[in-house]
Amino acid sequence: MSEEKHHIVSYRTHAFVLLALLVLTGISVAITQLEMGPMNTLAAMIIAGIKAAIVLAWFMHLKFESRFFAFMVSAVVVVFLLVLLVTFFDYSYR
Amino acid sequence: MTVHRDDLGDKMGMWLFIFTELLLFGMLFVVYAVYRSMHPEAFKLGGDELDVVMGTINTIILLISSMTVAMSISAMQKGNKKLALTLLTITLIIAVVFLVNKYFEWGAKFEYGFNPGAPELLELGPGTILFFGLYFIMTGIHALHIIIGIALFIYVFWQIRKDKIHQTDYVWLENTGLYWHLVDLIWIFLFPLFYLIH
Repeated sequence: MSEEKHHIVSYRTHAFVLLALLVLTGISVAITQLEMGPMNTLAAMIIAGIKAAIVLAWFMHLKFESRFFAFMVSAVVVVFLLVLLVTFFDYSYR
Repeated sequence: MTVHRDDLGDKMGMWLFIFTELLLFGMLFVVYAVYRSMHPEAFKLGGDELDVVMGTINTIILLISSMTVAMSISAMQKGNKKLALTLLTITLIIAVVFLVNKYFEWGAKFEYGFNPGAPELLELGPGTILFFGLYFIMTGIHALHIIIGIALFIYVFWQIRKDKIHQTDYVWLENTGLYWHLVDLIWIFLFPLFYLIH
């Protein structure tokens, strides 16, 4: 038997998290209908990032797990951003 | 006899798998970013061809399904087997609806000749070919994950019914939930990058 203690997330919390995600989806759809040039994509990506963080923290329980999980996820995000950066350095200076 | 169990280790393994998935999709996003920076106009025109309403509906239902699977874990932890099964069934139905929407969406794109290799698409130039190539590959691999998710839900549903997954041993349900949230996470980025650019 496992002896770990589990944090049970209430149905109410889950419902609020969904509500927040739906509101953010609405905002991102509305904001991209405006003509803001490259800012459109930036705004959409910032909102998507916030949504992803909410899903990771609550739905994927990172908030309630050992900090090590969150650390590993951050490391993967950093690796991804570095690859993106390096790729753009390559393409921008050809 | 007590069987040794390591739920934390099981979850750690699932997360490691999720990281490989994130990097798989991540590299496709890098390809997308580079080609979009090279063909910004063609990507905008391509994005205009996608159905924002359909994309938004799929985003909303996928978010709802993420909540229902998360809730089914809470129900399992509280020992409410019936509710856990009901919530899983809802998740499963939403997953199927998502695929049905995708079928109609892809069908419409094929009709207009945006599918890879279509003569109409080939006339539209390299930027548009790249946009729709990436659209089909990325939403295609995503849809494949939805199908795998459906298979996992059916298996987990069956295991809960047989009481193989129960209040004190539900790591299978948890890991299936993690997998499903991954599918949701990818969609959170796919949706604005393909449907909302113009």
